[in-house]
Formats: sequence, C-alpha cells, structure tokens
Amino acid sequence: MTDLLEHPQSVTPPPPTIEKVSIIISRGSLEGIYPGLIMANGARMEGIDANLFFTFFGLDAINQAKHEHVKVATVGNPGLHLATWAGGLPGVSAVVTHKFAADMEKLDIPPIPEFVEMIADSGAGLYACKASVDMFGLTIDDFVPQVRDIITVGEFYGLAAGGQIIFT
Amino acid sequence: MTTTLETPVERDPEGFFVHPEQWTEAMAPDIARESGIGELTDRHWQVINFMRRAYLENGTAPSIRTLGKASGVPIKELYHLFPKGPAKLAAKIAGIPKPRGCI
Repeated sequence: MTDLLEHPQSVTPPPPTIEKVSIIISRGSLEGIYPGLIMANGARMEGIDANLFFTFFGLDAINQAKHEHVKVATVGNPGLHLATWAGGLPGVSAVVTHKFAADMEKLDIPPIPEFVEMIADSGAGLYACKASVDMFGLTIDDFVPQVRDIITVGEFYGLAAGGQIIFT
Repeated sequence: MTTTLETPVERDPEGFFVHPEQWTEAMAPDIARESGIGELTDRHWQVINFMRRAYLENGTAPSIRTLGKASGVPIKELYHLFPKGPAKLAAKIAGIPKPRGCI
C-alpha cells in the first residue's frame, strides 16, 4: 500500500505508565492506614515499584506493639455519620473497628500486620521516618522485620526520585 | 482482537481471554512468552492451574492474598515467577478474564 502523504505519519507514542510510587502513611487510624496499604499493594500488582514511608502515627502500622491494635477513629469523624458524643462512649471504637475488620475479611482484605507482610513480600520497600522515630523514642527493633531502614525526609526524596509521591 | 496463537481465539485488547473455554494448555507458553516469561516451570504451572481452577469454581479470579495462601506458592515466590504482577499475569496465561479487584 503506498503512502499518499508527503511525510510519513509519526507513530503515536504509547500512553505514559507509572513506573514507581512512594507512598507516605502519616495517620494512625484504621481508615487512615488502609488507603496507603491498598495503594502500595495495588501498585505491586501492576508491576509498579513501590515504597512505603511511615511517619507520625502511621508508625503504628509497622510497630510490633501496636500494629494489631489499630482502631477506627469514632470521635469527630464526620465520615462515620456517628454523633461525636456517641463515638466517645467506652467501647464504641472497638465495636466499630471489629465491624470494619469483619467486613474487610469478607472482601479478602487482610488485617494490617498480614497486609504489611504481604506488601513487603511483593518487593515494596518499607521505611520509618527518623524524625517521628526519634520523637517517639523508638528503635528499629520496635518495628516489624520487614522494615528496611529508618530514614530522613531527604533520604525519602532520594528514594522517591523519578516516581510519583502519594501522601496519605 | 484475535490472537497470534495458532488457533484463533478471542482476547481483549490486553490479551485476556474473552471466552475461557477457548483456552488449552498448549496456548499457555505462547501467552507467557508475550508477557516476557520465557519458560513455564512446574511452579508456574502450579499457580496457573490453581488460578484456572479457582476461576471455574468461583466465577472470579482469586485475590493475590488467596493466591499466596492457597496455591502453595508464597507471595515472594509469586513475584519472582511472575514479575510485574502475578495475579494479572497468571490470569492471562491461564486463559481467564482480567481480574478486577483491589486486592
């Protein structure tokens, strides 16, 4: 077939793909931790390189003493549509957390400790924020073995270079 | 999209089977090669067979969590066997439709 155009048509470049994501988890509630974990796992499932950087109360997700006890925030949480006074009653956070955990299990979403381990096994890098670690008086031994290192914000930017940064 | 495989089968633009019944084992190595996996070892087949069986039994592909727990191949090894996403890749090679899940 002859080309009727004077100049050959340039090939349409393939749509850009994301090659790497570095996700920050800064919150310590159940609903504050899960989105970052889902994003990291989802990235690995698409073959995208992923790093997870835990800071402030996000450290609870990788802290061996705390990672099984992450709760839903039931006070002052408009998304729950639960009156603040009701959310503050003893036991309410535990009940709501239990309900969420059961619902997620039905969808095959793992509890946080298992999820973190899965994400590490899929090849994502897990890091703790040095400033928060220092502030809370923690050491690397407080964290799950999958955590690669305690790093500074500058070192995080180095790891994240060339990819996308997602703040949660 | 028709395939480059010897027998004409219908696949979606990403290469997933539209009609899983059209798949045969002999097609798997070709599909794997398209995705950059040169050779299918016994471990690959263990995952592929599990995927297909789970899809035919449940009507949906298993999650990566279930894959890691029930296929006999742990997550770390899954990502070595199928870099770039074992849940999607194994589903494609096993001739089942593209899995749509966030886990």
